[in-house]
Amino acid sequence: MKAAVLVFPGSNCDRDLAVGFRQAGFEVEMVWHKETALPAGIDVVGVPGGFSYGDYLRCGAIAAQSPIMAAVMAFAGKGGHVLGVCNGFQVLCETRILPGVLMRNSGIKFVCRPEQLVVATASSPFTEAYGAGDEITVPVAHHDGNYQIDDAGLDALRSEDRIAFTYGDNPNGSRADIAGVLSANRRVLGMMPHPERAVDAAHGGTDGAALFSSLAGALVAA
Amino acid sequence: MKAVVTVMLKQGVLDPQGAAVQSALGSMGFDGVSGVRQGKVIELELADGTSEAQVNEMCEKLLANTVIESYRVEMSAVGESA
Repeated sequence: MKAAVLVFPGSNCDRDLAVGFRQAGFEVEMVWHKETALPAGIDVVGVPGGFSYGDYLRCGAIAAQSPIMAAVMAFAGKGGHVLGVCNGFQVLCETRILPGVLMRNSGIKFVCRPEQLVVATASSPFTEAYGAGDEITVPVAHHDGNYQIDDAGLDALRSEDRIAFTYGDNPNGSRADIAGVLSANRRVLGMMPHPERAVDAAHGGTDGAALFSSLAGALVAA
Repeated sequence: MKAVVTVMLKQGVLDPQGAAVQSALGSMGFDGVSGVRQGKVIELELADGTSEAQVNEMCEKLLANTVIESYRVEMSAVGESA
């Protein structure tokens, strides 16, 4: 199994994301944003957290126009798996691979702390090693994690069971406490909390590890 | 040529920065500020002959996220005051 982890100027969770994938058995290749194609044989693309392009204009907006993102959109369009975390989630929303938008936290402040999440659906390649309704603790660290979507979009997410995670104690004002959403084919996940920062006991918790092992299991089964 | 693009959050979209500015103005004693919206202004210097339609396309593709933001474009010849 091979994972590609993208690197933008300003990415700062790229190596952590690579560790998460490696720990679950993936071979990882780092891919610079100026590349126009993904390496051959990639099973999943990781879009890491950080502050691509310094968050200039809007979070993720400039990264969404990077050469590599056209290849990622084509990969997702063919049914490839993509995981976007934090700034990666913002990038996936800016490319419209995922619906909605991440806005400034409603409390304005940067929020950095372990957060309790509820696994809203176990029916996805990223969450099947959890159980629906499981409570897990995963860190958040963001200034713009306030997920917003219009009524029709929210209805679609709910009726299609595409809300992956919700917050126990909403830290940013996200609509319907949404912390992570899935694409219509369930193979793209975007989430603000950082599962890659909870894969080792030294991190203070290992609740994020099951996300990577879920994905490994789903890819082996496929 | 020059274009001035004004990007604002759409009406009804919560603007936490605008709300913070409004609250600060109130605590400074400026009464009667019933709303503050914070947006951004982007000035583009353009080759002669660039059309407003092209600037609109720039807005749709990059400068504004039309899910939450509206934009307004004002075109002018260089030297002309906007």
